[in-house]
Amino acid sequence: MAQTGIGGVQQYNYDIIKKFAIMTLVWGLLGMATGVYIASELAWPFLNFDIPQITFGRLRPVHTTLVIFGFGGSALFATSYYVVQRTCQTRLYSDWMATLTFWGWQSAVALGAVSYMFGYTQSREYAEFEWPIDLIILVTWVVYFTVYIMTVRRRSQPHIYVANWFYIAFILVIALLHIFNNLAVPVGLFSLKSYSLFSGVQDAMTEWWYGHNAVGFFLTAAFLGMMYYFVPKQAGRPVYSYRLSIVHFWSLAFLYMWVGAHHLHWTALPDWTSTLAATFSIMLLLPSWGGMINGIMTLSGAWDKLRTDPIMLFLITSLSFYGMSTFEGPLMSLKSVNALSHYTDWTIGHVHSGALGWVAMVSFGSFYHMVPRLYDTRVYSTRLIYLHFWLATFGIVLYITSMWVAGIVQGLMLRSFDDYGNLSYTFVESVAFLHKPYVWRALGGLFFLSGVAVMAFNLFMTIRRSRTEAAELETRIAVKMARA
Amino acid sequence: MIKHESIETNVGLLIILTLIVVSIGGLVEIVPLFYIDDTIEEVEGIRPYTALELRGRDIYQREGCYLCHSQMIRPFRDELLRYGHYSLAAESQYDHPFQWGSKRTGPDLARVGGKYSNEWHVAHLNNPRDVVPQSIMPNYPWLLATDLDYSDVQDRMRALKVTGVPYSETQAEYDANVTEFGADVADQLDILRAEEHLMQQALAGNYDGQRSRITEMDALVAYLQVLGTMVDFSKYDEGYFAEFR
Repeated sequence: MAQTGIGGVQQYNYDIIKKFAIMTLVWGLLGMATGVYIASELAWPFLNFDIPQITFGRLRPVHTTLVIFGFGGSALFATSYYVVQRTCQTRLYSDWMATLTFWGWQSAVALGAVSYMFGYTQSREYAEFEWPIDLIILVTWVVYFTVYIMTVRRRSQPHIYVANWFYIAFILVIALLHIFNNLAVPVGLFSLKSYSLFSGVQDAMTEWWYGHNAVGFFLTAAFLGMMYYFVPKQAGRPVYSYRLSIVHFWSLAFLYMWVGAHHLHWTALPDWTSTLAATFSIMLLLPSWGGMINGIMTLSGAWDKLRTDPIMLFLITSLSFYGMSTFEGPLMSLKSVNALSHYTDWTIGHVHSGALGWVAMVSFGSFYHMVPRLYDTRVYSTRLIYLHFWLATFGIVLYITSMWVAGIVQGLMLRSFDDYGNLSYTFVESVAFLHKPYVWRALGGLFFLSGVAVMAFNLFMTIRRSRTEAAELETRIAVKMARA
Repeated sequence: MIKHESIETNVGLLIILTLIVVSIGGLVEIVPLFYIDDTIEEVEGIRPYTALELRGRDIYQREGCYLCHSQMIRPFRDELLRYGHYSLAAESQYDHPFQWGSKRTGPDLARVGGKYSNEWHVAHLNNPRDVVPQSIMPNYPWLLATDLDYSDVQDRMRALKVTGVPYSETQAEYDANVTEFGADVADQLDILRAEEHLMQQALAGNYDGQRSRITEMDALVAYLQVLGTMVDFSKYDEGYFAEFR
């Protein structure tokens, strides 16, 4: 264990993990609050207030960036540094390099969010960062790769634990995607504006190769790495099947990279490409469910923990949502289903069942396990973890059901014809229908956000208590020393 | 046959094998798109954007219009009736980056050009609910109030030229454009006279209804009015474009 030995060097570098963990919560609160706000703008457009910086078009990338890269990214840095040190039983390769990844990543997220509000964007979804920020990310990522791999190389036993495979694949693929998707020509050395190197159909393919694999490796593989450490740890049992983890790791890594073009069904992208993507999307169901089964079955024989351990509840629920959304994904990648679902809110609902249900829930569970250990104490309140769990679960269900209704009904309205062969509805009639689902969605988001606020309070109190405990301990030691 | 254990104990091998496994999909799906000839249709009329339209497109990106409006009509009957002929790959061949979009919170804009008058666009962008009561689009009043900054329009065109858009700087490049697009268009693609042509187009078009100034509204409306208008579909047989799909 990494105790704070007086005057001694800690066995592990927990300081960097604490920093990333705190920023995870900060970005989570900010990013999700932005999400609730832009959801409300769609329900009540007066909320745009004629202020350029807060209109929907500028705030939407702020929301996605803060949540994916701020919240998700910081959670991945925190847990990957924790997992790599614990499973390799060695300290991080370099403290200053790890610190550099912290400041590099945080500044990229913050600069990105501010630059979108002022209109500087590459207008590539989930890769809106303009070129100078892309360069900061590139440097940060190379340093991250170095720290991670060198730490793995210093491991004290021969085997590299499975969680690390997923984190390594994530680091490699994100580097690959980031470089090729952001190839652009800046307008000038002192201009933030750039134009992407590719155009039209090739550009679209590159962007969605990036876009879907950001989902595949940032939001899936990396969080599977998290799952492979924290689920067995919290359950106190070994991973269900080692063989399954090998099979699903390699098949997931191979298949994911083919499926991006299912975002471009029925477009000017050649049919062969999108057909290939649809085919691989169906196959991807197997490795996805391999991971889900491996995680959930780890609890086999200890199901009673679900009744007594709210952290387990978070982890197993996240895997259930993972299973649900990786079933829904292949379904939506079928061309016939996609013809209806594409361009509608069904996609938005699907993304959030993955992002809230899987990514955020598995992070919450892992954090409730990890943060008290970082501060060498217990969680402040177990009841508040339960409260967080129910707020989050209720929020997600409200969110995705309202988006199913919104997407499917709008899709059906737009393709409906009357008896004379004319279109039954104008576009704006479908927009008018969407008002109520948009209100419900905003409400669902608000529930989820309030859950995160409860978590932030709970962990804040946990950290504060650890400080008083440490102070009390020192006083007692001092008193004893004085008597002796 | 190597045992998996040898991968699990060697991080270098793990990295190399992972890189190989993840590269295949992208290589197979992306690289051929640059080399297969019929990926982009052969069609007349497609030209790069004029300086004014380009600045309008920049504003379109800046405001995040692509997050709610697609520019990609799919080959379905309802989309044909609502928006027009399905989009061709050729129609976005000068779009750096593409603006196909992924969500229609508002309608598709791939063929919005010429569908409404300039006055309608100005009124709509200024306050969408003045012309479409149920709209949930934000107001963009600052477009009409902000003078267009076109001081760096030449740099912007030069950057695009690096990516392969045929804007011209030399006489030879200009002549090539005359052959390819005709003299009128070639003039518009001349980087050295870009500011002059931008002002001319804005004044002649008077897109924002204010003759005295060139505003961001001028540029954005000029861009919207050219969307989807470059191809004359009456020149082609119904089956022609299907050959490229």
